[in-house]
Amino acid sequence: MPADRIRYFDHSATTPTHPDVVAAMLPYFTEHFGNPSSLYGIAEESREAIARARSQVAAAIGATPEEIFFTAGGTESDNWAIKGVAYAHRDRGDHIITTAIEHHAVLHTCAFLEEQGFSVTCLPVDREGRVDPEAVRDAITDPTVLVSVMTANNEVGTLQPIREIGAVAREAGVPFHTDAVQAIGNVEIDVERDNIDLLSLSGHKFYGPKGTGALYIRKGTKIANFVHGGGQERGRRAGTENLPGVVGLGAAIERACTDIPAHAARLAGLRDRLLAGIMEEIPDVTLNGHPTERLPGNINVSFGGIDGEALLTLLAMKGVCASTGSACSSGSESPSHVLLALGTPPQRARASLRLSLGDLTTDEDVDYLLALLPGAVARLRRLSGADA
Amino acid sequence: MQFTETVMDHFENPRNVGALEDADAVAEVGSTECGDTTTLYLKIRDNRIADVRFRTLGCAAAIASSSIATEMILGKTLEEAWALTNTDVVEALGGLPEKKIHCSVLAEGAIREAINNYRRSQGLYPW
Repeated sequence: MPADRIRYFDHSATTPTHPDVVAAMLPYFTEHFGNPSSLYGIAEESREAIARARSQVAAAIGATPEEIFFTAGGTESDNWAIKGVAYAHRDRGDHIITTAIEHHAVLHTCAFLEEQGFSVTCLPVDREGRVDPEAVRDAITDPTVLVSVMTANNEVGTLQPIREIGAVAREAGVPFHTDAVQAIGNVEIDVERDNIDLLSLSGHKFYGPKGTGALYIRKGTKIANFVHGGGQERGRRAGTENLPGVVGLGAAIERACTDIPAHAARLAGLRDRLLAGIMEEIPDVTLNGHPTERLPGNINVSFGGIDGEALLTLLAMKGVCASTGSACSSGSESPSHVLLALGTPPQRARASLRLSLGDLTTDEDVDYLLALLPGAVARLRRLSGADA
Repeated sequence: MQFTETVMDHFENPRNVGALEDADAVAEVGSTECGDTTTLYLKIRDNRIADVRFRTLGCAAAIASSSIATEMILGKTLEEAWALTNTDVVEALGGLPEKKIHCSVLAEGAIREAINNYRRSQGLYPW
């Protein structure tokens, strides 16, 4: 029986593009369509639109427009930051420091560089997913050319001590990159205050269009190009600019970062009520990630005696969209590398449910899920004999 | 994930769920591929499966596979039940997405291990 409407609890996977953002983008498809590199009048309009968007992105993170470069998304930004800094510093050193809970865009890029002869240290995290700045300090050696630690984790929501880690890297003269894809619009970021040298962001995580992103590169940071070709983005990232996309990214980031405390407070209120209800109504539940240093909309819990994917299927039948750390259908043998890095036993990692709240989430959605979840878990426990 | 109506039916309304207090054969098997487990309970009379129950910790495909497998072996002789393959299960379900085919292997393994546990208990050599 199909549900009457969907209840969207998967904002960390993607978000709908806000209608105001779509409206801002539309003229740049059919009306102001000029190639920003061309020499005539309509191209000037395109250049101005891109400049406006660049300023919007810069303002959101406390950077200057000249330090912002547009990419096709967070994954490209991560690839560029890590490969670009590594290759540019190859004569100086070949060691990279990152963490065990990074997104695959960071981890697989580092693995690729390892094949090319670089050495990579993957710092462990504590049971709540936090990296210790002192561990970063201890890991830095002479050949270290980059430290990369994500601002907020996409699975368990844990926020890292970015300012302290940045300070450690700055002291050692090592560039510090942070994947801020999940953090933008949820926590306040200032690249000066937080000692950040490179930062990745992705439009579709904050109600902008998919296929858009940016890389912040602090002035003076040595970094090789990643996408070679024409001279766009001041010769740093080739390819005709995704004009409507860039306009949308700018509009979305300005909207998302206008009042972060209010946005975060609303989400945290919903999240805390939902989490409290889950812990109260359902036995044998554990919270994954840090209890307080956490994205305002993120819940990640494990239910003993069930499979996370089976739970998702039951929820989806009732219109609820969420995700899991179980890996059965993703083709990989092991469950979430993030949950495992936190020390979660594999069976509990497979029994996890991630709920990521956002603009689409209402109080009524929380009520609906609280009414649905206990029965769904109980049903699966009867099936597995965990209730016996 | 696109599942057939049959799969969804067996996931929403699984048959023969639970345990048998006085089972003649019990088997618990686990999947190395994804950590699913299935426990099967058989009551055997005159070489036929007189009653069957299952418990499964796994995804919808694993649960549906176990459920339909119990329907397929109920009333069959041990030889007939032994012959059931995961391909038969998948066919009976109307098909499974390729990435989920491995979920149907648990049921076949559980049936065979249960039959052999029974045979051993009767002083017979396992098949």
